[in-house]
Amino acid sequence: MTPLLFVLLAFVVSVVAGTLGALLGLGGGLLIIPALTLWFHVDIRYAIGASIVSVIATSSGAAVTYVRDRLTNLRVAMVLELATTTGAMTGAYLAGRVGSKTLYLIFGVVMAYSAAMMFRKLGHDESRPARRAPWADWLRLHSSYYDEALSREIPYRVSGTRIGLGLMYVAGIVSGLLGIGSGALKVPAMDLAMGLPLKVSAATSNFMIGVTAAASAGVYFMRGDIDPFVAGPVAVGVLLGAQAGVRLLGRLESRSIRVVFVLLLLWVSAQMLLKGART
Amino acid sequence: MRNVERAISNVLRIGVLASIGFILVGMLVTFAHHPSYLVTPGDLDRLTHPGAAVPRTVGDVLRDAAALQGHAIVALGLLILIATPFARVLVSVFAFVAERDRTYVLITSLVLLLLLLSFALGGILG
Repeated sequence: MTPLLFVLLAFVVSVVAGTLGALLGLGGGLLIIPALTLWFHVDIRYAIGASIVSVIATSSGAAVTYVRDRLTNLRVAMVLELATTTGAMTGAYLAGRVGSKTLYLIFGVVMAYSAAMMFRKLGHDESRPARRAPWADWLRLHSSYYDEALSREIPYRVSGTRIGLGLMYVAGIVSGLLGIGSGALKVPAMDLAMGLPLKVSAATSNFMIGVTAAASAGVYFMRGDIDPFVAGPVAVGVLLGAQAGVRLLGRLESRSIRVVFVLLLLWVSAQMLLKGART
Repeated sequence: MRNVERAISNVLRIGVLASIGFILVGMLVTFAHHPSYLVTPGDLDRLTHPGAAVPRTVGDVLRDAAALQGHAIVALGLLILIATPFARVLVSVFAFVAERDRTYVLITSLVLLLLLLSFALGGILG
């Protein structure tokens, strides 16, 4: 493969990763790392470096539009970022102190469980009865968004703020420990525990993963793990792909997005269980 | 709240466009300096394995980018991308100050503080 062909192919793969990432509220790492290492034989260090860059690219690229169109719930994002950043620091502290085998197995099971719960919600209406939510009231988290597929404004109420904070702390720990964006944990936490509409959960998760990734990206950069020749085309591809993902999210119905998300969760869960069984 | 949203969206747009610009120019310069990359398969291994030209400090990147080295111009674009989320947290602090929203000034400042702390800790531990 010539360097030129590599750049073009890495770009194409990254467009796909960016599209999926922006649509589902995840970083692109799930696709980027295996593609770079297995297909293009890139050194794993540089593949991980490029994947961390791809998470930031997905987040910033999609958020330009999600924030402007008010799909992102900014207040929810800011409040939950308190928990994810604290969690990420705890994770970095725990790294090396906890066996990764146990972790992979635990999170494999957690993700399979989230997939099942999210699947169960498929038959139901997206809205749910109002619950008492003193914290969400005080933090003014309730909001509304314009659903392009339904062509109307959808108001929603947020609840379970404390549970959400707890789950985000755990998601932060996972990010810090396993070096993944953990959008796969953030989206179900907002969707299931806090009652945010799925599209808002995806857009808000997307917004948050960029910050956590940027904190670790600095370290990867200083370590020399971010190879411009690999990360450059990946970043541009993901940034452009994210624009496509944003359009898709607007137009697709929530239930279609839910189906794709559940399938992806199951895939990630299987990957983690396999990794856990092997290490 | 509209102003906060607009401010954040604008910061992100500037960061994203600037980084795409630098990366594309850097890639073009790289290929212009090394025409063999267009045809020789052997070069790829060297570029994607340890020993590749990977700048590690902001100083390196700026110096080499000023000398019009392709990989450093790409790296500059990547640094801008990495800095964008920090910039958006910083801007949201100011945007909430302008809104006189005390609760959220406090929350976003705390996030910024935690972020800087984890960055510093990462530098020491990593």
